[in-house]
Amino acid sequence: MMALALTFAFGCFAVALLLNLIHLLRAPTLPDRILAVDTMVVNTIALIVLYGVKTASGLNFEAAMLLAMTGFVSTVAFCKFLLRGSIIE
Amino acid sequence: MTDFDTLSLWVAVPVGLLLVLGSTLTLLGTVGLVQLKSFYDRLHAPTLGTSWGTAGVLLASILLFSALDGRAVLHELVIGIFLLITTPVTLMLLGRAALHRDRAEKVRGIPPARARGDAGSDG
Repeated sequence: MMALALTFAFGCFAVALLLNLIHLLRAPTLPDRILAVDTMVVNTIALIVLYGVKTASGLNFEAAMLLAMTGFVSTVAFCKFLLRGSIIE
Repeated sequence: MTDFDTLSLWVAVPVGLLLVLGSTLTLLGTVGLVQLKSFYDRLHAPTLGTSWGTAGVLLASILLFSALDGRAVLHELVIGIFLLITTPVTLMLLGRAALHRDRAEKVRGIPPARARGDAGSDG
């Protein structure tokens, strides 16, 4: 039953990431694309944790943590660029 | 694949349910991201995935590792707290950036800036 739930979860995340990618390619505006990338990052964090559950190893935790931090910083930098036209003032 | 059959049913059932809940909510949030009409609507959809989508998977991970190791394994909470703190910040910034651009391009249906120089406080 656990294997079934894991397979279902992996399938859901795969479809979600694909939909994100489609939205990223077809989005009408720039903030839309940033939103799609941010959602992809969050989904990937959950996917990494899910992989850790599947392999029952705690080694993937640091990767997920790093992705959370860099994803946040990159999104803020993108937003700053949209607002001001430069990142570091 | 680990030998999940050795897990007791009291752990396996909540872990499976949390995994299914989290992944389903993430998928629903992404469907909303693709389906909704305006950007300001779309801004709300992925929060489904960032709040309970990730939380479900993280809680399942905490529960599983606590049961496997026989002690409380709580370090996944750090990711959850970090995401809970950062998501509102990013979405507020994104909304402000989109509003700023829409006002600059004079898109129709956007509320005007408040009289006392509010446009300047966008950043």
